[in-house]
Amino acid sequence: MVHLQALLFSLGQQLRTPFSSLLTIAVLSISIALSGTFYLAVKNITHLTGHLESSNQITLFLGQQVSDQDGRWLLTRLEKHRNIQSTRFITKTEGLKDFEQFSGFGDALKALSRNPLPMVIQVFPRLSLTTPQQLQQLLDELKALPEVAVAKIDMQWVQRLKAIIVLAERGVLVLASILSFAVIFITGNTIRLELQNRQEEVVIAKLVGATNGFIARPFLYSGFWYGLLAGLLAWLMITGLMALLQPPMEQLMTLYLGYQEVVFLSVWDSVILLVVSAALGVLGSWGVLVSQLSRLTPE
Amino acid sequence: MIKFDHVSKRYSEVGDALVDVSFTMTKGEMVFLTGPSGAGKSTLLKLIARVESVSRGQVFLEGQNLNRISEREVPFIRRKMGLIFQDYKLLNDRTVADNIALPLLIAGYSHQDIKRRVRAVLDKVGLAGKEKSYPLSLSGGEQQRVGIARAVVNKPSVILADEPTGNLDPVLATEIMHLFKQFKQVGVTVLIATHDLSQVIDSGCRQLTLEQGRLVSD
Repeated sequence: MVHLQALLFSLGQQLRTPFSSLLTIAVLSISIALSGTFYLAVKNITHLTGHLESSNQITLFLGQQVSDQDGRWLLTRLEKHRNIQSTRFITKTEGLKDFEQFSGFGDALKALSRNPLPMVIQVFPRLSLTTPQQLQQLLDELKALPEVAVAKIDMQWVQRLKAIIVLAERGVLVLASILSFAVIFITGNTIRLELQNRQEEVVIAKLVGATNGFIARPFLYSGFWYGLLAGLLAWLMITGLMALLQPPMEQLMTLYLGYQEVVFLSVWDSVILLVVSAALGVLGSWGVLVSQLSRLTPE
Repeated sequence: MIKFDHVSKRYSEVGDALVDVSFTMTKGEMVFLTGPSGAGKSTLLKLIARVESVSRGQVFLEGQNLNRISEREVPFIRRKMGLIFQDYKLLNDRTVADNIALPLLIAGYSHQDIKRRVRAVLDKVGLAGKEKSYPLSLSGGEQQRVGIARAVVNKPSVILADEPTGNLDPVLATEIMHLFKQFKQVGVTVLIATHDLSQVIDSGCRQLTLEQGRLVSD
């Protein structure tokens, strides 16, 4: 008798039909895992660009007429600039040495009577400068200096990548919305079938004075469990997938970037995943109950 | 207790089921509703249980106009009455005790109360010890007594029975009628629709006769 409520109208129903419940949960979890995986992919890329941004640097090529002394004088001024973290001075001689070493044109340069390379100052902006606008402003300021012939910032590809990420983030949102509807509809349909199977029970309950709320409650629980269990399964799928992809991803990152860091779902992400999944399950069953329960009346 | 005031019920598919029916039942009265099948007996009971609503006229239950009850309030009206059906309407995958407990569960009784009341009502209908049985393992008469137990476990003020003995042999039917009389004696208003005239005559109770939806004798 203590377990009467659970027996009569309850989530125990799912255990009575383990196969069909499992099928529903599997379908739901695939929908959820798809959104989750795409989200995680974008999160990993975003994480990468975070590192890339801090490697922004501005290169100043000084004019040929600028003397070594003027160059060093400019350097000390730049070091005091509020938006500049640090600087590096490359003299003409150093530049030539680097060029010989890295370009393979060293012999060609020896044919020239004098060193054609300009003095170069590498400027590392403060890390607090994060937006492209802020960096552009600093670039414009440095460009205007009389000693500077050319100022370049290697930022365009970062900007492009950022634009792609914004697009991908939108994509995640759109995909997640569509798949959320899938979760709602799948749960709704499952609950509708359950309701149909227990039609007789619903009608009898109504005849002995059950409110729609009383009848709906176990079905809402059912939707909740479908959502939550599907969320859990999806979490396992995503985490398993990431664990499989981690070694090759790390290898790739090491090759290209010299460091490696694969991001998994955070605790917060996981909590949101489970809460949203369960909420979608409840929402799906609620929608069906609202529309169907009033139609089930005694004859 | 129950009052019909010029009540008509018309179904769009089949036409008039009840035509201008008026009668009053007092508290603790036991009344038989008789007439050939299709005369409107079931329809009349459905109007009281608010399974159907009237086309014209008014139905009162304990002074409350059932026309003015919203869908939301219907469950609470039904908790005042015990409904008994010819086909018992039991949940065959639940035990006898679970079936009888359903109205109490719905009304939010505690488990302790439910346990106590179910045992008491099983005693009253003569099914003590059958708590754990399943309906289909019982005879027709026993199943109907489970149905009656479920109807009265909530101590309703009104019992509405639609052909309660329709599927039972005369001996069992007499036993069931005897039960109804016991409820009447404790002040419950009982309205029984039946075409089994022998039971009606033996009882000496008031009799309402319907014919083609009209009340032809009272």
